[in-house]
Amino acid sequence: MLARELPGNRGTTLPGQPSSLPPVKALIVGVGRVGSAVAGRLRNAGWEVVVIDESEEALGRLGPNWPGEFHLGHGMDTSVLEQAGIAGADAFVASTDGDNTNIVIAQVAKRRYEVPAVAARILDPARADFYSGRGFAVVSPTKTAIAELSESVLAAGSD
Amino acid sequence: MFVVVVGGGKVGVSVTRTLLALGHELALVEQEQARYERLEEEFQHRAIHGDGTEIFVLEAAGLGRPPDILVAVTGDDEDNIVICQLAREKYDVPKVIARVNDPRNEQHFDLLGISPTVSATSMVLALVEHEVPQHELVHLLELRKENLEIVEVEIKKSSSAAGKKVEDLHLPPTARLISVVRDGRAEIAVGSTELHAGDQVLAILEPGSEDDLKSVLLSS
Repeated sequence: MLARELPGNRGTTLPGQPSSLPPVKALIVGVGRVGSAVAGRLRNAGWEVVVIDESEEALGRLGPNWPGEFHLGHGMDTSVLEQAGIAGADAFVASTDGDNTNIVIAQVAKRRYEVPAVAARILDPARADFYSGRGFAVVSPTKTAIAELSESVLAAGSD
Repeated sequence: MFVVVVGGGKVGVSVTRTLLALGHELALVEQEQARYERLEEEFQHRAIHGDGTEIFVLEAAGLGRPPDILVAVTGDDEDNIVICQLAREKYDVPKVIARVNDPRNEQHFDLLGISPTVSATSMVLALVEHEVPQHELVHLLELRKENLEIVEVEIKKSSSAAGKKVEDLHLPPTARLISVVRDGRAEIAVGSTELHAGDQVLAILEPGSEDDLKSVLLSS
């Protein structure tokens, strides 16, 4: 979804393609199970990925050979965001374990730093609904789980 | 008035207690079980247990009516921001007041239009600044919505403004003098007011014009 919103998917330098354009830069705040996997996938797609987490243990989740930048700090701290280069980022992923932190930093990324593509993980379905349609993508794993669990049971029940 | 307070710490409890004594209707939301139980003893049905950033908890506290004022005073700035956004945008609460725990987060409240905010740390710092003489210009009050601030400047012996009348100063168009305190007595600053060394001058100005004001009042 993020890649689609970006012009031409710049960073994915496929063999034989000119690589004169700078890679797409993504900032990921919160690298738990979700954030670290997202970081890996964007990295594999040729993106420059910078991650921010409150705990150094997060670095372990990125694997032993994490080639990107890692910044220790809180996503609410604008000096950390700025050091990580939010001003020049093409994409911002708020994937900490706190819904409200994700909600606030996604709005800060969008409105203050005008990052083109912003996505936030919001577990609570009610808050996910309230914050959708505000210029950043809202991803609610809980809503997805509710939909898929009920659908799979309903489908099995009607067999 | 009907007031909902979210956050049952010292601030939330004092606000609730005081407003109740004044005859207002209150609901106080607290997340932590043990603390909620103590609050329920004192405030009975007015204490609501739950996470104040959850919509069903806010509705149990009466946000749907809506309250006249919502006060968000949890110890977590992200929570206070979300509570205020929900109150204002989902329930049309006419007035929200938020506590800022870490003054560095004040910019996020500003960005998202949450005002007024109260920050104990910023207030203490401002008071300390007021007591420290080497600060030439002391910020006394920020009227953020109006984009104005009130500052205090002490006229020095070396300032060229000493001995001059207010009307003869070339004040920037974005600043006006309010009053002059001399020997503990205050008078409103008018055109004919003469400034002396040692005067404490209060001025109102648009943020950003501090240096212009300083150069008029303090440069030699």
